[in-house]
Amino acid sequence: MTLLVLALNDFSHAFSKAFQLIFQLDPALLEIIGLSLRVSLTAVLIASLIGLPLGAALALYKFHGRGLIVALLNAFMGLPPVVVGLVVYLILSRSGPLGVLGLLFTPTAMIIAQVCLITPIIAALTRQTILDANVEYHEQLRALGAKASRMMKTLLWETRFSLMTGVFAGFGRAIAEVGAVLIVGGNINHATRVMTTAIALETRKGDIELALALGIILITISLIVTSLVMSAKHAAYQYHS
Amino acid sequence: MSEVNILPLHVKNLHITKKGNALLNDVTLSIESNEVTVILGPNGAGKSLLLRSAHGLETPSKGSLQWNTHNPQPQHSWRAYIFQKPVLLRRSVRANLEYVLSLHNINKANYASLINSALEHTGLSQLADRSARVLSGGEQQRLNIARAWVLQPKVILLDEPTAELDPNGTAAIERLIKTIAQQGTKIIMSTHDLGQAHRLANDIVFLHQGRLVEHTPANSFFEQPQSKMAQDFIAGKLLNGD
Repeated sequence: MTLLVLALNDFSHAFSKAFQLIFQLDPALLEIIGLSLRVSLTAVLIASLIGLPLGAALALYKFHGRGLIVALLNAFMGLPPVVVGLVVYLILSRSGPLGVLGLLFTPTAMIIAQVCLITPIIAALTRQTILDANVEYHEQLRALGAKASRMMKTLLWETRFSLMTGVFAGFGRAIAEVGAVLIVGGNINHATRVMTTAIALETRKGDIELALALGIILITISLIVTSLVMSAKHAAYQYHS
Repeated sequence: MSEVNILPLHVKNLHITKKGNALLNDVTLSIESNEVTVILGPNGAGKSLLLRSAHGLETPSKGSLQWNTHNPQPQHSWRAYIFQKPVLLRRSVRANLEYVLSLHNINKANYASLINSALEHTGLSQLADRSARVLSGGEQQRLNIARAWVLQPKVILLDEPTAELDPNGTAAIERLIKTIAQQGTKIIMSTHDLGQAHRLANDIVFLHQGRLVEHTPANSFFEQPQSKMAQDFIAGKLLNGD
């Protein structure tokens, strides 16, 4: 009984400390959040720049090996982050093909790993969206005189709200994953420590306050992303009706 | 408007076969540059296919379809095609028209005047900044026509343009078609609506089950149809390809 009370005390103490850290805008906390956002937002930007045109091209152009790429893309949608981390680690490590760049254990390495993780998600969702829209638009755009490349641009713009759900989903996955960034980033303080790796480390060290504070921030970000996804879906629905 | 005269349209022994079915069977005709040619016939007669072929949306299985153009690279913008159900872009009415112009190498300096004229003629000026997808069915079809007209084409092909509209919407579109024709753009349209054909046509291309039954001036078609099938159709006996 006393043990339980003690434990509860610890817990509520940890919670209040966590909120303190958040509301005092603790510099260590802010640094970690800042890096997390920088890494994942950059990753989502690059993944979108690759994934949106790639997905649209896979939907609209027929070429040799398209089926294989689509199958791989769909398979890669559910890649385990640790595996992606491992592969990127091997490529970037000193003896790996890109070892000379010296990128391992830098934020750049983490961005690369997250790009690998979420590009398939964005590309596969884009492909499906463009494929569906093309059924409706293809003849009309052709009759208006649109060439293939223009058609692709038009369809990407016409389905922008649906595509946003894919981009947000990608961001949600990037910001919440721990496996890939831990392996290629190494969770180095002031260098590559992000929210998820910090939570993993601080919990193990027993520094529950910081871990909890980060957990609360992460959940909040997830909630925001989820509501963005929902409003994008809503906008898409309204636009489609 | 370009100076090339692309009419008459010569259709020679046109066949379109899909999955073993002859959907257009040995159609030969010439469409001249009078105002309105109506392709008439019951459902399944091949009206849409003929129109689609004329816009390059179908490839003939046999035979040919030749616009009178000696231009080696014919400009797409001299003809426009209007679908029964418009697919409008998710942007404003005006932006829909801008989009079409942007597909056709048209000097940007002329955009505003072309667009304003098309909006005015179709009665959409007030709605120019409205989102195209929230327009009513009749307004959408008017924008669909504005989208064709903004290019100032020589020919507009319309596939059953009023099939989805109520009588008011239909009347508005018919008025619009007449105006366009009177201003010198050739209209080739399909319909299964006898009244509409009567109101609009200068000549009638009557199709039945993929064959050309007769191609006659509208007056004589309605007063003295040459074929038994056309007589039956006018008498209301010929329905749904039976």
